[in-house]
Amino acid sequence: MESLPFFNQLLQFIVTGLTIGAIYAMVAIGFNIIYNVTEIINLAQGEFVMLGGLVMVTVHVMWGVPLPLAFGLTVLGVTLVGVLLDRLAIRPIRKPSVMTLIIATVAASIIIKGVAMLIWGKSPYDLPAFSGRTPIDLGGVIIQPQYLWVVGFLVVVAIGLTWFFNRTIYGKAMSACADNPDAARLVGINVRHMVLLSFALSAAIGAVAGLTLTPIALMDYDRGAMLAIKGFGAAILGGLGSFPGAILGGLVLGLIEALSAGLLSSGYKDAYALIILLAVLFIRPSGILGNLEVTRFKRF
Amino acid sequence: MLRIHKAPMLAGALLILFFPWIARQLPTISHYPDLMVFAGIYTLITLGLSLLMGYAGQISLGHAAFFGIGAYVSGVLSTQFDCNPWLGMLLGAAVAAMVAVIVGAPSLKLRGHYLAMATLAFGIIVNIVFREEARWTGGPDGMIGIPGLSLFGLALDSAEKYYYLVWGIVAAVFLFSVNLIQSPAGRALRAIHASEAAAAAMGIPIARYKVIVFAYSAVLGSLAGSLYAHYMNFINPATFDLFFSIKLVIMIALGGMHSIWGALVGAIIVAFLSLEWLHYFEEFEVVVYGAILLLVTIFMPEGLVGAPAKLMARMRR
Amino acid sequence: MAAESVQDPILEIEELVMAFGGLTALMNIDLCVPRGRIKAVIGPNGAGKTTLFNIITGVFPPTEGLIRFNGRAISGCKPHHIAALGISRTFQTVELFNNMTVLENVMTGRHLRIRSSFFGSGLALPSLRRQEKGLVEQAMALLEFIGLAAKRDIMADALPLGERKILEIGRALATDPQLVCLDEPAAGLNETETEAAAHLIQAIRQKGITVLLVEHDMKMIMDISDEIAVLNYGEKIAEGTPREIQNNPLVIEAYLGQGGGFDIR
Repeated sequence: MESLPFFNQLLQFIVTGLTIGAIYAMVAIGFNIIYNVTEIINLAQGEFVMLGGLVMVTVHVMWGVPLPLAFGLTVLGVTLVGVLLDRLAIRPIRKPSVMTLIIATVAASIIIKGVAMLIWGKSPYDLPAFSGRTPIDLGGVIIQPQYLWVVGFLVVVAIGLTWFFNRTIYGKAMSACADNPDAARLVGINVRHMVLLSFALSAAIGAVAGLTLTPIALMDYDRGAMLAIKGFGAAILGGLGSFPGAILGGLVLGLIEALSAGLLSSGYKDAYALIILLAVLFIRPSGILGNLEVTRFKRF
Repeated sequence: MLRIHKAPMLAGALLILFFPWIARQLPTISHYPDLMVFAGIYTLITLGLSLLMGYAGQISLGHAAFFGIGAYVSGVLSTQFDCNPWLGMLLGAAVAAMVAVIVGAPSLKLRGHYLAMATLAFGIIVNIVFREEARWTGGPDGMIGIPGLSLFGLALDSAEKYYYLVWGIVAAVFLFSVNLIQSPAGRALRAIHASEAAAAAMGIPIARYKVIVFAYSAVLGSLAGSLYAHYMNFINPATFDLFFSIKLVIMIALGGMHSIWGALVGAIIVAFLSLEWLHYFEEFEVVVYGAILLLVTIFMPEGLVGAPAKLMARMRR
Repeated sequence: MAAESVQDPILEIEELVMAFGGLTALMNIDLCVPRGRIKAVIGPNGAGKTTLFNIITGVFPPTEGLIRFNGRAISGCKPHHIAALGISRTFQTVELFNNMTVLENVMTGRHLRIRSSFFGSGLALPSLRRQEKGLVEQAMALLEFIGLAAKRDIMADALPLGERKILEIGRALATDPQLVCLDEPAAGLNETETEAAAHLIQAIRQKGITVLLVEHDMKMIMDISDEIAVLNYGEKIAEGTPREIQNNPLVIEAYLGQGGGFDIR
C-alpha cells in the first residue's frame, strides 16, 4: 500500500467505501420499509443481515446446496424470522409507543443474537465469493468481483422495490398504510397483513445484504448490532422513510467510514461515522433528503 | 395521586441496614453483601434513568457511557495523578454533567427514534474512546491498580463496609428522587411525558427540564461508575458497552419504569441474575435477558412493581 | 368593521402569513380581540383556525406578520414564554396529562405561578412543602369552579369526553391567563355537555378573562360570542357581531359552497 500513489489509494478507499455503503444502504432500506408502514424502528434489522450470512454458510458451505438455490433458501429462511418477529414480538404489544416498540425490537435482537451464538458459536465464518476472488485491476485500483455483486444487488433491490411500490397492488396498499392507516383500513386494506409483509420484505433484503457481505468481511453472531446502527444511521442521514435517501445515506456513511479508517485511524472509524451522524441529527434531523415539515407531523 | 408511602421505605431501610447481619447467619448467602454492592451501584444508575425514561419519557440507549465516564475519570485521576478518590468522584460527576448538557441539549430536542439513535451513537462513541485512548485508559485491556476508598481514616476494604457506603448513597438519592417526583418539578417531568404541547402551553420550559433530568441521571451514572472503579480496583471498556446500556433498560423495564421502586427492584434482580443466577447459562445469558425484556414489554408493561396493582384492578373489575 | 373601533384590544394580529412549504395556510390575517369579551373564529374545515391558534401560542413562528399581546410583540416567542405572559389554551385533540389525576392536571397548570426548583424539590425544602399544600387548595377551588371537584383523584384519561374537555379548560385557567384560546371546546359533545361548556365559557368571561374561541357548533357560537371572525381558505372573509355574520352573504356562500352541511342561522 505504501508504494501506491496517494490518488490511487484514495480511489481504493472510495471503492471499499461504496461497497460497504451499499450494504448499509440495503439495511437502511429495510428500516424504511418497516418504518413507512408502521413507524416502528426495527433495531433487530442488523440481525437479519447477520442471519443472512450465517444461514448461507450453513446451507451453501456445510450442506453443499448450489449457490442459486442456497441463496433462495437463505432469503426464505430469514424472511420467516422476520415474520416471526412481527408475530411474536411486535403484534402482541398492547399499548405500543415509540419506547415500548424500540425496547421490543432491542429485546428481539439480543434473543436472535444469543440463539445465533448457540447455533454457530462465536467464530467468524467465510463464504466463497460468488464469482471467485480474482481481483479486477482498474489502473491500480483493485476491485474484488464480490464488490460488484454487492452493488449489483443494491441496484436490483432498488429497482425491484420501485416496481413493487408503484406497480403492484400489495405495494400500493403498503404505501397507503404508510400515509394513513385509518383510511387504508376504511378502503379495505388489511393493515396487519401489510405490517407482516413489511417485516418479511425487510428481512429478505437484510438477508441479501448479509449473504453478499459475508465473502468480503466474514460473518459472526455479534455483527448485527453494529450493522443495525449503521443502517439506521444511513436511513436517518438520508431522511427517515425516503428510499433514495437510504441509498444516498448508506453510500455517504460507507465513504466516511472507509476514508476515515484509511486516512485517519482505523480504531476510530465507527466513531467518525457516528459523530457525523450525530452532527446531522443535531443540525438537520430530517436528514439530507428528508422533509422537516413531514417529520414534524409524524405521529412519533 | 402519585403517593410514595413511608412504610415500605422504612421497611426497606431496615432490611438494607440488617441485611449484612442476616447474610452472616446464613452461610449459603454469606457472599450476598458483595452482590448487593453491585446491586446498589446499578440502583444509583437506574434511579436516574427511571426519572429520565419512566417519568420524563425520554429514551436513552447510551447510559453506560456515563457509568464509564465516572469510572474512567476516577480511575485515571487516582492512578495517574494521585488525586484524592473523593475529589475524583466529584470531578467525574462534573465531567458527566458537562457532557450530558453538551450532548443532551441538542439530542433532547429530538423525539422518539431520533433520540434513541442519538443516545445509541453517543454510547458507542464514548466506548470507542475508552478503547482507543490506551495511553490514558489502558485500551481494551483496561486499567488496574485503582485504589480503594477510605472514609475519615477508615479504609472501606471489605464488602460489608463498602455495602454501607453504597447503600447510604442510594438511600439519600432515593429520598431525593421521591421528593422530586412528588413536587411541581416531578409533575412537570410527567407532563412532558404525557404531552409536550400541553406542557409547553402550561408554561413548562420543556428543553430545560429535559436537559436537567438528563444531566441528573448522568451524574448518578457517573457516581455509580466511580464507586464501581474504586470497589473493583480494575476497569475495562467491556463493562461500559452497548450491552450494559441495554441491561440498564432491562432493569427499569423489569422493575417498572413508572415507579421509583421499579428502579430499585429491577437493579437488584438484574444484579443477582448477572452475577449469580445466570452463571449456568454462561454467555447465552443474552437470550435470557432478551426473553425477559420481551416478555415484560408484552405482558407486564408496568413492570414487577406495577403488576400487583394492575392485577388487583383487574380482579376488582 | 367592528374590529377597528375596539378601544382596548388584548390581542392584535396584523398581516399574518403562514406558509408550510408551498402551502399557504393563512394569508394576511388581521384580527383584533377586545379585552374581556368572547371572540369566536369560525370557518369550514381546513380554513386555518387551528394554525392561527398554534401561531398565537408560539407552536410555530409565523412566516410574516405581527402579533401583539397587551401591546407587546409576541410573534416568534416560545410557547412557555407566551404562557407566562398570560395566554393559555386548549387543544382540538384534548391534550390532557393522561398519566395524572384530575387534581394533578390542574396543579400542573399552576406551574407558572409557583416556584419549582429541581434541587429544592429534591431536598424537600420546607417552603416548597408549604407551597404544595396551598397548591392543592388553589387547584381544588378551580375544580369547584368547573364542577369536577368530586372527581379529583380519578385519572384524567378515565373521564368521559365532555369532562375531559372541561378539565382541559380548567387546566388552562389554572395558569391565571388573561386570554384563553379554546380550540373546539364542544366538538364531539352531546347537547347537555355542550350547554355545560357554554355556561363555563360565559362564567370565564364573567371572571374578566378574555376568550378566543374556535368552534363548529353554530348555536353555541351565536349564543355566547360577542364578536365573530370568519376564515375561509386561510383568508378572513368577514368579521362582526353574530347578527352581522348570520346575514353576511360571503359567509353563507362559504358554508353553502362546502355542500350546505352547516346551517349558520
